Amino acid sequence: MFETLKGKLQTVFDGLAKRGALSEADVDAALREVRLALLDADVALPVVKSFIEKLRNDAVGVASLRSVRPDQQVIKIVHDALVEMLGGDAAPLNIATNPPAVILMAGLQGSGKTTTAGKLALRLKTRERKKVLVASLDMTRPAAREQLRLLGEQAEAGVLPEADSETPAQIAKRALQVAKLQAYDVLILDTAGRLSIDEALMAELRDIKTITNPHEILLVADAMTGQDAVNTAEAFHKAIGITGIALTRLDGDARGGAALSMRHITGCPIKLGGVGEKQDALEEFDPARLAGRILDMGDVVALVEKASEAIEAEEAERMARRMAKGQFDMNDFLTQIRQLQKMGGLGGLMGMLPGIGKMQKQIAAAGIDDSMIKRQEAIILSMTKKERVSVGLLNASRRKRIAAGSGTSVQDVNKLVKQYQDMARMMKKLGGKTGAAAMKAMMGGGLGGMGGGMGGGPGAGVPGAGMPDLNALSRGLGAGGFGKGLGGLLGGGPPNGLPGLGVKPSGKKK
Amino acid sequence: MGWLQKLKQGLSKSSQKVADSLKSLTSLSSLMGASKLDASSIEEVEDALIGADLGTKSAARLAEAMRKHKFDGPVTSDSLAAALADAIAEILRPVATPLVLDSAHRPHVLLLVGVNGSGKTTTAGKLAQQWHQQGKSVMLAAGDTFRAAAIEQLQIWGERTGTKVIAGDQGGDAAALAYTALEKAQKEQADILIIDTAGRLQNRTELMDELAKIVRVIRKLDQSAPHDSVIVLDGTVGQNALSQVKAFQQAADVSGLIVTKLDGSAKGGVVVALAEEFGLPVHAVGVGEGADDLQPFDAQEFANALTGVADRQD
Ligand SMILES: Nc1nc2c(ncn2[C@@H]2O[C@H](COP(=O)(O)OP(=O)(O)OP(=O)(O)O)[C@@H](O)[C@H]2O)c(=O)[nH]1
Ligand SMILES: [Mg+2]
Repeated sequence: MFETLKGKLQTVFDGLAKRGALSEADVDAALREVRLALLDADVALPVVKSFIEKLRNDAVGVASLRSVRPDQQVIKIVHDALVEMLGGDAAPLNIATNPPAVILMAGLQGSGKTTTAGKLALRLKTRERKKVLVASLDMTRPAAREQLRLLGEQAEAGVLPEADSETPAQIAKRALQVAKLQAYDVLILDTAGRLSIDEALMAELRDIKTITNPHEILLVADAMTGQDAVNTAEAFHKAIGITGIALTRLDGDARGGAALSMRHITGCPIKLGGVGEKQDALEEFDPARLAGRILDMGDVVALVEKASEAIEAEEAERMARRMAKGQFDMNDFLTQIRQLQKMGGLGGLMGMLPGIGKMQKQIAAAGIDDSMIKRQEAIILSMTKKERVSVGLLNASRRKRIAAGSGTSVQDVNKLVKQYQDMARMMKKLGGKTGAAAMKAMMGGGLGGMGGGMGGGPGAGVPGAGMPDLNALSRGLGAGGFGKGLGGLLGGGPPNGLPGLGVKPSGKKK
Repeated sequence: MGWLQKLKQGLSKSSQKVADSLKSLTSLSSLMGASKLDASSIEEVEDALIGADLGTKSAARLAEAMRKHKFDGPVTSDSLAAALADAIAEILRPVATPLVLDSAHRPHVLLLVGVNGSGKTTTAGKLAQQWHQQGKSVMLAAGDTFRAAAIEQLQIWGERTGTKVIAGDQGGDAAALAYTALEKAQKEQADILIIDTAGRLQNRTELMDELAKIVRVIRKLDQSAPHDSVIVLDGTVGQNALSQVKAFQQAADVSGLIVTKLDGSAKGGVVVALAEEFGLPVHAVGVGEGADDLQPFDAQEFANALTGVADRQD
């Protein structure tokens, strides 16, 4: 029934792709569609407007700067801007304080405060081994206190005993006393749902804040909220100064544009996400994931990947030609190292491979980590232009200078040069067409190259474009031993297979 | 405060944004005497409607209608708001239908469904109150056997409204409870049985199947039941309401809707999109947490409030 954003973007970008250069009119056309799509995802209008404005500036600038395909750039820009707006990194709860740390839950009726309070109690208790007390200040909704009591008991947290004819402020005061006296680490205060336009109830919330001086004031909001998200977030933020947002019902099929609205309007991070009715269904919020959701990113990411693959293919082609002529130099080597880094470094790369988790320790023991890649990059960057093209120039004194310049040791430099030479030799040996294919496999063609580099089995890793053979990969890992296999990847011994630097998985990731 | 004032107050707060947007149409002043809207005004009208949750499609259609609209005399923000309100009311009028009890059924079975926290239980209490006050014999069935304290919540509503509540244990089978409740209501010749159900997200197929099972099971006792299957929508909901109605229609033969929480700042404008897409009756609106805070849905009033016309007439 609904055209997805992905579908819409695709249409627009397909249109753009045919043209090549991105004119201002092209950007505007694309952004008109993006605008509609964001509105369909319930991002509030003023937020959409400012987002589009920012996007327009970015898009036009970038297009005139670089020579990659413009539509691909726009996709990347849309995605990146969304992630950025949603807050970049995850923001953990701030409860490191002199106990008790008070967490105040606030929000509209039916937004999920009580459930979230119960979930949070369980989470803090099991994950952070905190002694948690929950208290309901909801004297309005029938059986609200009963609900929190049941959830608190389920979480094996402390529950403030109910006393009738107390005001919410009085309960708050009592709760804080009990939490102090009984040495609780965390006090979670659940409050009655209220409309942001209800002055009296908003004032009550301010009183509660004054009394309890909370470390976290979480606005609990429904991921299905529409345009009103801005009003609500703004009103609550103005009234009580929220410190974070808990977004509920993320397990639904709502696109969750409200998150973007609220985040934008308050500048507060979204700290928690509710993903189900069970009590453990509460997660740390992941901005990148929600960005993907709002944008229906799965396929857009794939598009972006495809885009960079295309660029890499060209690059591979160019490199292949060079290496066929024996021209593989340090600049090419640097390109490969950077490629690897772009993919999130070794950690990111490993994380994408199934069955690698267990090997992490061995990897660490072998001293192969991201800092090593960084060092290698630093070494090459400390070489002069001439040195990078003619490695033969690198005599002892030059190596000493490079080591000093890159903050490494001469030994490190030697190792890198050796690694480079191994690789260059092999490339030359492969030469011609095979070389081009192998190069492609390494740079963008999938895990085939990886398998070779890691497993070190003869023949593995040659032209393994397309889907990675993960079985072969894990077999290789088992047989060759990981340390040794990785040696092939990053140097430290003559590689048996192709040194599969800079590989990129071609499978979609979600 | 009387209900009408309350509704108006709530709705006029909802409408503030639209009204403000219309008033501040920058291009209007430049029209000076023109009896038609220009392109940029049309766009601003569209934006104002989108900002009220009408969704891009309905907003575009209405904006287009405004473009074609021939105003008597020069366009002002007032005449624009009035024209817009009329156009919206026209869409909503066919769906503004109150719940009608069919006395042939004993009981008339009303099933309340919807996503979590939308206001089902509260609405069950409000409906019980309304019919109880009309001298009907009403029974409530605590069909939410899942959520903690859901049964107690409904029981409190039973006490408040003087209505009998049929309840089982938490964790029990909701369909079985509904069956038992209907059996009892039939035996006691009750006029109305209101079945509350657990909130569920519409993409959870197993939960939607459970809902379908409730419907199947009560049909064993009464082929024609439920006589009303009402989805309760939160007035703050955005475009996801469309997906909700569609899924609940499939699982529980939804026959109409009630929109809650319109006493807040939310626009409830998605109702317009729903009317265009599904044409399902809108029976009532919730305008507060009290037992009496349920009101019939009035197309013109809702439209007036949404566009800010009500403000001006007061
Ligand atoms: N302001 C206002 N609040 C409402 C209205 N209708 C319901 N509420 C409140 O919304 C909250 C949720 O209502 P419930 O009736 O418990 O919702 P539900 O759909 O039964 O929730 P679950 O059973 O948990 O899925 C409660 O705090 C109600 O008091 C309304 O029309 N206006
Ligand atoms: Mg309920």
